[in-house]
Amino acid sequence: MLEITCPWCGKRAQTEFSYEGDATVSRPDTCDEKAFFDYVYLRDNPRGWHDELWQHTAGCRRFVKVRRHVTTHEIAATAKPGDALPALEETER
Amino acid sequence: MSRYSIFSLARNALSHHKNWREAWRSPDPKPHYDVIIIGGGGHGLATAYYLAKEHGITNVAVLEKGWIGGGNTGRNTTIVRSNYRLEGNAHFYELSLKLWEGLSQDLNYNVMFSPRGVINLLHNDSQIDSALRRGNAMRMNGIDAEWLSPEDIKKRVPLLDLNGGGRFPVLGGLIQPRGGTARHDAVAWGYARGADMRGVDIIQNCEVTAILRDGNRVIGVETTRGRITADKIGTAVAGHTSHVAEMAGLRMPIESHILQAMVSEPVKPCIDTVVTSGSGHMYISQSDKGELVFGGDLEFHNSYAQRGNFPRLEQVTQNVLTLFPAFSRLRLMRSWGGIMDMTMDGSPIISKTPLDNFYINGGWCYGGFKATPGSGYVFAHTIAQDRPHPVNEALSLNRFETGHLLDENGVGPTPKAH
Repeated sequence: MLEITCPWCGKRAQTEFSYEGDATVSRPDTCDEKAFFDYVYLRDNPRGWHDELWQHTAGCRRFVKVRRHVTTHEIAATAKPGDALPALEETER
Repeated sequence: MSRYSIFSLARNALSHHKNWREAWRSPDPKPHYDVIIIGGGGHGLATAYYLAKEHGITNVAVLEKGWIGGGNTGRNTTIVRSNYRLEGNAHFYELSLKLWEGLSQDLNYNVMFSPRGVINLLHNDSQIDSALRRGNAMRMNGIDAEWLSPEDIKKRVPLLDLNGGGRFPVLGGLIQPRGGTARHDAVAWGYARGADMRGVDIIQNCEVTAILRDGNRVIGVETTRGRITADKIGTAVAGHTSHVAEMAGLRMPIESHILQAMVSEPVKPCIDTVVTSGSGHMYISQSDKGELVFGGDLEFHNSYAQRGNFPRLEQVTQNVLTLFPAFSRLRLMRSWGGIMDMTMDGSPIISKTPLDNFYINGGWCYGGFKATPGSGYVFAHTIAQDRPHPVNEALSLNRFETGHLLDENGVGPTPKAH
């Protein structure tokens, strides 16, 4: 069971959240087809630290940004969706 | 390498089965091959087998980072079927099912293919509409599908609670009678033996750490057992396709997710078919050893961990017990997780790539096992001829860019939802 710290509600069980995917992709500010293809379909899908969005669906219903390691499932940091997570080098250290 | 037969069995019985030869060699890698296949699972081994058998390309290496069949080939629920709605998928999976039907004879290796039927239970009107539409589409494509009434289902599966615990009443079902199960390890071993017999080198404990490029071509790989060059490279590493493609400088329309499966303690025969339900998502069958083998949904978050979390285990078990209350007293013996390449439209990729001589086989989502023979067959064709087989034309990598998606359920570019 993952324990995710919601910035508003504190530490809660994984079952209160639903997963919303990669937090590093952002909607392009252009009408360029290639840029939209990248945004909609392509993912880095790293085997390591992954910055992702979860929604606290059974709680405050707000989005939470989470940095989680996808082989150990360790959660290094969480943040409000508009805030930045710590630099990756800091997490790796 | 000798053929397996009643005579070889009798001959070896006389020497107390002490003189069976190894089923495949364990050669050291050569410096160069015509084709390198990355990934020694069912798909990679089948590809090597058909490269040798159908296309006469025998200077082939299959590179496996662990032991063959130790990844998803050994982690699935062994279900085989071709009950797909869309043309681009249907003909591919049907080719695969036809190969399953003759596979034991073709490989001279018993893969224990058991066409015991695959039943999809339907619990509400919209599920019935959708299943009938799919069933009709299958029949139009020449694939078997039949409607089952609740009474038919009760006859086939007496232990099933048609009332679904009050929450998921069974209103009918769609069966593909030719679907069934097969012995997963035997598929890897049979293809390995068949490929090896035809000259393919199967190299285990050999992890690819880099892919070497020269302009728009790949020229070889760095591995934990040294550098190996090749004229063509194909990857069949579902679960890790993004990871290997990244070595070649490609980004994939894929997320990796964990899928758990589990088995109960062995019991006497009690289910002689495969039962699946979309109520909460579960699929169950009984192995020849008597264990009930079942699984359900993904964990729904990216992972490369090959192990799942408890909440999903609990939910899948609840789904099974809702429909089969009699199983509540069985003990769960083992559970495990495998990594799924979840594509953006829920269908696989067997394709050429933007690189001239690099080919990708991956994106198998929930269901790579059933595709093993067909996948190897058309991937070998794609590599050997440098163009897709008619049956995998629709499974191209560039369909995401051109908009020709194969989204069976119409859920859009959300990998976890397929």
